[in-house]
Amino acid sequence: MWEQIRANRTRSAFLTAAMGILLLLLGYFLGLYFFESGIGGLIIALVIWGIMTLVAYFQGDNILLALSRAKKIKRDDHPKLYNIVEEMKIASGLEKMPDIYIIDDPAPNAFATGRDPQKAAVVITSGLLAKLNRDELQGVVGHEVAHIKNRDVMLMAMCAVMLGTIVILAWYATRVLFFGGMGRGRRSSGGGQAQMIMLAVGIVLMILAPIAAQLIYFAISRKREYLADSSSALYTRYPEGLASALEKIAASTKQLKSANQATAPMYTVNPFRKKGKAASNLTSTHPPIQERIRILRAMSGASLADYDKAYRQARGGAGVLPASALTLDELGGAAALRAPSADSKLLKEMPQKVKRARETSDLMWRLNEYKTIDCPCGTKLRLSPRFGVTSVRCPHCGRTHQVKEL
Amino acid sequence: MIAVYIVVGIVAILLIFFFATYNGLIRLRNQKRNAWAQIDVQLKRRYDLIPNLVNTVKGYVKHERGTLEAVTKARKLAQSLSADDIGARSKAEGELSSALARLLAVVENYPDLKANQNFLALQEELTSTENKISFSRQYYNDSVLRLNDKVQMFPSNMVASMTGFKQGEFFEVTVAAEKEAPKVSFT
Repeated sequence: MWEQIRANRTRSAFLTAAMGILLLLLGYFLGLYFFESGIGGLIIALVIWGIMTLVAYFQGDNILLALSRAKKIKRDDHPKLYNIVEEMKIASGLEKMPDIYIIDDPAPNAFATGRDPQKAAVVITSGLLAKLNRDELQGVVGHEVAHIKNRDVMLMAMCAVMLGTIVILAWYATRVLFFGGMGRGRRSSGGGQAQMIMLAVGIVLMILAPIAAQLIYFAISRKREYLADSSSALYTRYPEGLASALEKIAASTKQLKSANQATAPMYTVNPFRKKGKAASNLTSTHPPIQERIRILRAMSGASLADYDKAYRQARGGAGVLPASALTLDELGGAAALRAPSADSKLLKEMPQKVKRARETSDLMWRLNEYKTIDCPCGTKLRLSPRFGVTSVRCPHCGRTHQVKEL
Repeated sequence: MIAVYIVVGIVAILLIFFFATYNGLIRLRNQKRNAWAQIDVQLKRRYDLIPNLVNTVKGYVKHERGTLEAVTKARKLAQSLSADDIGARSKAEGELSSALARLLAVVENYPDLKANQNFLALQEELTSTENKISFSRQYYNDSVLRLNDKVQMFPSNMVASMTGFKQGEFFEVTVAAEKEAPKVSFT
């Protein structure tokens, strides 16, 4: 699992370079086409890319958290969730406890942010918290912690920025080309054959670059998902937890309100699917959810090699994990599966469900700064933060309660 | 002249390799030590939780004195052993785990206790601490494995034997009962 971080770094360097070359080529030819200066185009492309990279590096996680309207929680807000994240932090050997954020949304989903393991966060929706039992939640959190540990967040953010730059450049170029008339740089005659070829290459690049970049991006994204699944199984030693969590998420027909195209690849499962349609039909940032479940369920042990074997059985052909990730792990051979925890062995899950739903809604009220008073008669009074009185009477039994400042 | 350059170059490469490998070994050994310390942190956390649990449960389960005492005794024994005596210590910790599992199983027959918020919070903490103990062992063993790989494998084994690096000892679960997850049925 440590090898794969290194493999990941090499691969990200390679793919980043590939996308970078694509970006530079595009900039160069667009420059030639519009200003008759390849260098000018190059500089424009680099400046746009540089600014976007800096913003993404330093503010990316904040922007993402703000966009998804996530709220940070502390240990006391939801001890169970905090404990589960801490368990996965220990299992993965992360040095620092990631921050935990909650999105108030019934659609079950999760993602991880942060440019490095020192500054990382795990974000989950309240729907996920209410739906999953302990083992399932552990599986999902393990998947997110794996993204942090494998440096996927950084890799995906940098790739997304490059993709974004390429798309923006190509988009503006095509608009100018088709609607703005031919650019100023058009010569009436002459030009020679070399120039014609340059122009042709420019146009082809303009059309193909965004598609190529997108394909590279999706390919990386899918690989990272499989890798995170396998790491989650390794950390928890219990692939069934994640499998059954994915099953529950797939069965949900709710759409995440605060997700958009830019943030979609961050989530555990693709947040976009047609309303009312189950999540099994996924677009290409994520592998098909049924397949992920099938692979996890086919695992005979919890090691990365076991995952790779299950993957090859399910899909045929080559495995999904870098070979260097497997060698070390094989030596251990001690990654036996564990038994389910008591929480998920329940036959009657109903009382648990009610309990989880209640815990989650309590959490959401608290995060929205509502005050809660437990009346001895069994009634729960919830006061809006705007409700500015010092005492309140219980409508059931008539006791008067003092409203404490939070 | 060229021969001198070549020799200097080879020596430089060897030195760089030596120091890089040595630093890598140090990093792995520190990681192993940290992992070991992490297990201790979690074991201590469990010691701290037990008196609270026993106090909360005592008032409710009048007829289970034996189970309660077993927990208290196992805790005392485990705590009294030195951390360096890995074999005896892990056996004692294993017994503490099974005593706790028995207590939590017995408690299921007391619905009043299960409605107690304080108890529920403690139960969550204990469950999670048990998990953290096994996850930190898991990570410790992973770290030992990595260190041992380096110590055994060529060419880093040469640096390791020159600088006196030893293989780490795996943490093995010695108590048979603990190898299986405690069979507790929460119904």
